[in-house]
Amino acid sequence: MLSADARARIDREIAKYPADQRQSAVMSALAIAQREQGWLSTAAIDEVASILGMPPVAVYEVATFYAMYDLKPTGRFKLTVCTNLPCALSGGAAAAEHLKARLGVDFGETTPDGRFTLREGECMGACGDAPVLLVNNLRMESWAGGEKLDRLVDELAAAADRGEGAPRGGEGGR
Amino acid sequence: MNAPREFLDFGPDAVLLAGLNGDNWRLADYVKRGGYEALAKILSAKVPPAAVVAEVKKSALRGRGGAGFPTGLKWSFMPQQYAGDKYVVCNSDEGEPGTFKDRDILRYNPHSLIEGMAIAAYAMGCARGYNYIHGEIWDVYERCEEAVAEAYAAGFLGKDILGSGFDFQLHNHHGFGAYICGEETALLESLEGKKGQPRFKPPFPASYGLYGRPTTINNTETFASVPWIVRHGGEWFLNLGRPNNGGTKIFSVSGDVERPGNYEVRLGTPFARLLEMAGGVRGGRRLKAVIPGGSSAPVLPAAIMMATDMDYDSIAKAGSMLGSGAVIVMDETRCMVKSLCRLSYFYYEESCGQCTPCREGTGWLWRMVDRIENGEGRQEDLDLLNSVSDNIMGRTICALGDAAAMPVKSFVKHFRDEFQHHIDHKRCVVAPYL
Repeated sequence: MLSADARARIDREIAKYPADQRQSAVMSALAIAQREQGWLSTAAIDEVASILGMPPVAVYEVATFYAMYDLKPTGRFKLTVCTNLPCALSGGAAAAEHLKARLGVDFGETTPDGRFTLREGECMGACGDAPVLLVNNLRMESWAGGEKLDRLVDELAAAADRGEGAPRGGEGGR
Repeated sequence: MNAPREFLDFGPDAVLLAGLNGDNWRLADYVKRGGYEALAKILSAKVPPAAVVAEVKKSALRGRGGAGFPTGLKWSFMPQQYAGDKYVVCNSDEGEPGTFKDRDILRYNPHSLIEGMAIAAYAMGCARGYNYIHGEIWDVYERCEEAVAEAYAAGFLGKDILGSGFDFQLHNHHGFGAYICGEETALLESLEGKKGQPRFKPPFPASYGLYGRPTTINNTETFASVPWIVRHGGEWFLNLGRPNNGGTKIFSVSGDVERPGNYEVRLGTPFARLLEMAGGVRGGRRLKAVIPGGSSAPVLPAAIMMATDMDYDSIAKAGSMLGSGAVIVMDETRCMVKSLCRLSYFYYEESCGQCTPCREGTGWLWRMVDRIENGEGRQEDLDLLNSVSDNIMGRTICALGDAAAMPVKSFVKHFRDEFQHHIDHKRCVVAPYL
């Protein structure tokens, strides 16, 4: 179940649209649910459907269409690295390769210790700041190559060990 | 790897981005720079909406998102006598590879967009608007939420704006990772809470848009230009650029340059000057190729680019398009096959799957370029790449199909010898890099 705080935030999103267009808030409602629970379980999708008065399949369609929703649990920190051409020309692809080697996982995989999930991203609209990566969809790291990238991984690994980042497993709304 | 710039410098001719230092984005700062004067002027003088549209037409402002359609003309398509709700929507879903200008407008000067949208809403008789923001820039979305709240509190948004009787409600909508939503009708579907799959046109959004109501969609930079046009006149704006190419334009310069970043120049500025502003080619190497308008625009060889001016008509004449103003620079060490391979993968990944030529064709193109890159190309692949591209172009609901095909055709056209070398020798003509 979503918390009262999440429900209040969803209500604020619903208020942005005409009274008969609650469905317009589905993207933000799913984002709010994912932020709170770490990923989108079937139960979370059903709950969003019920809040917005939508058929669950219509919510599921949205959840599967947009790249930033996670329909499976991720690591504490999901790192999405842009490797598109403008970034690749300025160290984006190299940063991605470095992360693969350092974390020992490929794109789409989670480290066995549950700290990190690595994703290949598409254009984030920040090509001048390459290498660019997103942490849990919310925090953009610019110029994230070389030592800065290693420091970031160290910082996030420590945070994961303190239980920070996305909720894991059983906390995920089942 | 790039390094952060020590201070913001968008060039000596900057208008939209002039005087911005990263901290002076708030309403009070914007008002100090003359912000909201344009909105106040048309509301207090009760300027007829048609006169505002006429001024925008005079400015020769063209859509800054990619298509370059004349903005005033687009606004004039909105039915004036329509009795129900009408909408104005901003496309801030900036995801065209190479483009990062709208992000700077939104985070450094968000009120210029709000004022531009309010003026547009007045001109077209809209009482409600949405700003659809790219999913990956959460911090920018939060800033826009704050800026909109400031504007409501100051009476520049909401009911009876500045006591004029004009109402305009504006809200931000946060995307969640789909390139296709930069297509205007996909964006509308997404705003309605659905998958972002483009609609058939016609009907165009001006007759059937958001929730089936008349709607005008413009890019962030387009709206942000509007307060300047109203304040200084359409002719002033036109004269910043060239006939049919009015104003300044923000170019996002990325890739192999010393100082990647946004540079705002007068339309018609030579490419060589823009390259110089960005510090020239990185490491003093030679320029090989430039994609002048975002990844969907045809690539051009160095010699053509160095003789081209940066405006809609000049770049079209040179064989490409100004597009979103994303200038991707590639130096002599870059492999054109590998570069195209990454772009082709992008279109395959982002095709919404609605139209068969795009859904199947983008994957086919990528697999062919990938096998050429990996030394498994066949001689007939070069003609097949062109043939598949031709069979996608013009045969899909939206422009993503064309956007996938144009890079392929132009890379093969201008750099055929590199593709041939890959097929013959199973390796690059240059050292591997990506």
